[in-house]
Amino acid sequence: MEISVREIHEIVDREAQGDGSLIAALEEIQRRFRYLPPEALMMVSDGLNVPLSQTYAVATFYNAFSLEPKGKHCIQICMGTACHVRGSPQILDRLEMELGIEAGQTTPDGLFSLETVNCLGACALGPVVVVDGEYSGQMTAQKSLNLLKRVKKQEKEEVKDE
Amino acid sequence: MNRINTIADLDYWQESLKVDQPEGLAQVTVCGGTGCRAYGSEKVWKAFETELSSIQADVDLVYEVKPTGCHGFCEKGPLVVIRPQGIFYVHVQVKDVPEIIRETLLGGKIIERLLYTDPVEGKKIIHEEDVPFYKHQHRFVLGLNGIIDPVKIEDYIAKGGYQSLKKALTTLSPLEVIEEVKQSGLRGRGGAGFTTGVKWELCRNNIKTGTDGGYIICNADEGDPGAYMDRSVMEGNPHSVIEGMIIGAYAIGVHQGYVYIRAEYPLAVQNLRVAIEQAEAAGLLGEDILGNGFDFSLGIRLGAGAFVCGEETALMASIEGRTGEPRSRPPYPAESGLWGKPSNINNVETWANIPLIIARSGQQYASLGTQNSKGTKIFSLVGKINNTGLVEVPMGITLRQIVYDIGGGIPNGKRFKAAQLGGPSGGCIPAEHLDTQIDYESLKRLGAIMGSGGMVIADEDTCMVDFARYFMSFTQEESCGKCVPCRVGTKAMLDTLERICAGEGKIEDIDYLEELGNHIKEASLCGLGQTAPNPVLSTIRYFREEYEAHILDKTCPAKVCKALITYRVDESLCTGCTACKIACPAGAIFGESKEAHVIDEDLCIRCGMCMSTCRFNAIEVV
Repeated sequence: MEISVREIHEIVDREAQGDGSLIAALEEIQRRFRYLPPEALMMVSDGLNVPLSQTYAVATFYNAFSLEPKGKHCIQICMGTACHVRGSPQILDRLEMELGIEAGQTTPDGLFSLETVNCLGACALGPVVVVDGEYSGQMTAQKSLNLLKRVKKQEKEEVKDE
Repeated sequence: MNRINTIADLDYWQESLKVDQPEGLAQVTVCGGTGCRAYGSEKVWKAFETELSSIQADVDLVYEVKPTGCHGFCEKGPLVVIRPQGIFYVHVQVKDVPEIIRETLLGGKIIERLLYTDPVEGKKIIHEEDVPFYKHQHRFVLGLNGIIDPVKIEDYIAKGGYQSLKKALTTLSPLEVIEEVKQSGLRGRGGAGFTTGVKWELCRNNIKTGTDGGYIICNADEGDPGAYMDRSVMEGNPHSVIEGMIIGAYAIGVHQGYVYIRAEYPLAVQNLRVAIEQAEAAGLLGEDILGNGFDFSLGIRLGAGAFVCGEETALMASIEGRTGEPRSRPPYPAESGLWGKPSNINNVETWANIPLIIARSGQQYASLGTQNSKGTKIFSLVGKINNTGLVEVPMGITLRQIVYDIGGGIPNGKRFKAAQLGGPSGGCIPAEHLDTQIDYESLKRLGAIMGSGGMVIADEDTCMVDFARYFMSFTQEESCGKCVPCRVGTKAMLDTLERICAGEGKIEDIDYLEELGNHIKEASLCGLGQTAPNPVLSTIRYFREEYEAHILDKTCPAKVCKALITYRVDESLCTGCTACKIACPAGAIFGESKEAHVIDEDLCIRCGMCMSTCRFNAIEVV
């Protein structure tokens, strides 16, 4: 993903004029680029007048922030209690094996990031897998593979279209 | 929307809305909570809107389509209720919409297929209020969820919304509001159960003597895995939280508030944001509220995914833009909180109770519940239970009533093993205590806590050692690392539990876990560490024999712990369909087509794929 310095400036300026909240600015940058590029940390520090050490501390403390670029598609597996007792660890194992990465990592081709989340609050649907923000409930390892296949297929079609 | 400048404006608005929305209005309400949305409810209400608008010109049919907040019965979603009759349809899909319009709305007929079937008696049930899941509940805080459109302030106002604020501002002094809340006996719904009125009074007293104000905060960082009642309240009735906070601000004497909400709840954030904008536009937030001279504004701060931020001092550090590390108390937030000023922090459900208390009276509210636990509590009833969802019950109800009368018991004829309350800070209640009353003290005596309201049901297939290991890995990962007992202690406990689950435990480990757990509880800085050992201590207390089985017999009685189980093919049941062989990611299954297969134990990675693929129940775990 192309990092636009101008966009980061805009986000920082907006926050500096508003509440000046460090976390809010980082959240916005994370949402926009799906990670926090090093230059963004420096720009946020300058713009909000916060020591870079504090910005780095915040960026590495919270789960929502990543200093590594994320994959194009984000697969989240809910590891909440309800999902756990209904078998989410098996789903995670299977997807880790299929993608050849561990939770928290991104495939070398940059297509998929695999993440675990503590609880999405959709416990009645457990186990829950979220692909690019879309929830799927009552998942099994097999169903999660089908989900993955579907995304891969779409991806192939996109490549063909281009 | 016009700005409401006076009490008379509010009353006039409410009256005119009541004319627009009379009781008994024909409505199709579709649940728009996160659960039902995941099942496609948004498409369902859009389909109703399109279909109805296309035929309404030709036939005499006036139905309002209303997306609402969470109805609670998430497992059966998307849920549709046809009002005023209260006809309750479950698992409604877009393709069912034309049929519902034709048969039920136009023809007045019930569609059997879409009705809810009681899993206990096998009966079809037509009306929402007759469904056992709802019948035994006391929906008080969740009362308007499922009835109003959460992003329409008009709906809330029409149902009497902001009348409690009016009552507080016009007829009660701040001290009288606090007195009502004290009389109601309301205790914090976030976990610790501190008396809300007393907390408010402490904060108010500090603000009076200080000079530059203070803050109120709504803790909406619902991080407890397995709990989602706060999310549903914010998604389904955000104005009730806002109204509660304005009343609280008036009582305590502050003019700025924050809602700290976790970013993992996008819909709740969105609905709350809309609701705050609406309340601002209506003049219910901002300056000179209802012409009473009282000013209050409310901001949203998003959490960034740290469980420890549910702890009040960590939460305030996070609002201030720092890492969410707790600090030692005293000073308590009531003395020195956000930016060093007196601050009062309550959880979502607590705030949502406030308008209900003021609308009645503290005394009347206190008539519901037990001696020391008043009102209702919302639980998220999840895990191995037939009727999964959000349930709101009066304090004092027994666990058995929740699990069997509301929850419909355990699926697949399995045996109830335990209810885990309070998540990573709580403990479990085994079958022999099913008749325990749900109140703060009784739960504490049994080693569990009310917590925020997560209630995860475990059945005979749930391994309690694995359960304890799960919670410990959660708290260990979420420990902020500031204090040693929590940072190092939870790691040591987790390592021990992992060894036990791997079949490498020693019998002394059980005593070691107990001893270490008690030290961590006593020596940790904040609530996270002080409660982290609870799930382990409580499972040892009630299920010591399961720990012993793992250690001495090297078996996992629930057949969960991978190192202690083996998958095997029952040759008498195997048809040789090869489905498992294809599904096996490890290539551990051998056998010709139409002949019984075998699993190579050494190659098997115990992922369970074969078992979930087999249609003949031919795979067994031993």
